[in-house]
Amino acid sequence: MVQLTLPRNSTVKKGKVWDKPAGATNVREYKIYRWSPDDEENPALDTYYVDTDDCGPMVLDGLIYIKNKIDSTLTFRRSCREGVCGSCAMNIDGTNTLACTKGMDEVKGAIKIYPLPHMPVVKDLVPDMNRFYAQHRFIEPWLKTTSPTPEAEWLQSHEDRAKLDGLYECILCACCSTSCPSYWWNGDRYLGPAVLLQAYRWLTDSRDEATGERLDALEDPFRLYRCHTIMNCSQACPKGLNPAKAIAEIKKMMVERRM
Amino acid sequence: MSQSDVKAARPLSPHLQIYKPILTMVTSILQRITGVGLYIGMLLVAWWLVSIVTGPAYYDFVAGLFGSILGYLVLSGFTWALMFHLLGGLCHFLWDTGRGMEKGTLDKIAFVNAAGSIALTVVVWIIALAIA
Repeated sequence: MVQLTLPRNSTVKKGKVWDKPAGATNVREYKIYRWSPDDEENPALDTYYVDTDDCGPMVLDGLIYIKNKIDSTLTFRRSCREGVCGSCAMNIDGTNTLACTKGMDEVKGAIKIYPLPHMPVVKDLVPDMNRFYAQHRFIEPWLKTTSPTPEAEWLQSHEDRAKLDGLYECILCACCSTSCPSYWWNGDRYLGPAVLLQAYRWLTDSRDEATGERLDALEDPFRLYRCHTIMNCSQACPKGLNPAKAIAEIKKMMVERRM
Repeated sequence: MSQSDVKAARPLSPHLQIYKPILTMVTSILQRITGVGLYIGMLLVAWWLVSIVTGPAYYDFVAGLFGSILGYLVLSGFTWALMFHLLGGLCHFLWDTGRGMEKGTLDKIAFVNAAGSIALTVVVWIIALAIA
């Protein structure tokens, strides 16, 4: 359902302004979404100041600085710090991206950070990803075959392997899906760009023998066709992939198999 | 609190309120809004047609409204909505073929959609006023 406003328990209040680090000459202002399940308060936007002389250059470095030196209760996910794990996906300066690959110098003014949009918040910048993972499970992201398994590996030509470029690199960070207004309004029925890009990754794999049943599972007014080419997904992807194009290719496959 | 209470109490993270209005998203939203605007515009056209059948006095009244400054403003807005929606429709037609979806191309298409709609509106009105 389209609800343009936030529910009453979700509106963001003014938060606390934390002291500037003592003796710091170069500081960067961070405004960060805070919410804790441990009290009855609404979410709030806290202000922190990061000493950039005592900190790495990326937005994630600043978050780690805050957690280590200012406020240890600040909660966020992070792991690899080099854009391959997808844990630190969040909304930075108005668009979804990875905190570890976004430089502080790419943002003008205060660095505003929110959790991935339109998701239930577990705490601070940590959204509940369960539905997203369940949707990924739904498209059965593994090789499905009927012919006898070969003694060595399933072979593939160089050309067929090249069809997977731009698809296999997806790290399932959910930046694209949670940037999509269609996914915001219909995320319970629309699979969203990340999952559909994964669906196409298996549809276009020359070794996979379940193309027909995969398309059957997507032939639905919501699961696939809620994509209205808004293109936020392709603009957001921190890996430079193009979910909107993958979805368009699935739609084409739907038409082609009828002709 | 039980596990289900904890889940029910979870706030929804901000979305439209905080997302940066990037050009491609704004054109997509405008495509919807102009689509609704065209319904209203067509009602105006229908009203004008009905006034012709109703009689000279009523026609003069309606034509007077459309010929006023406010009328011109509404009509030029209608023209712009039509042109924007038309160009947007062509973009969607292109995208349905899987073309024109590269990242840089998307921004160019959105710009052409916006600038082209304004240019076409101006052209239509220059012709219309020249004829009048």
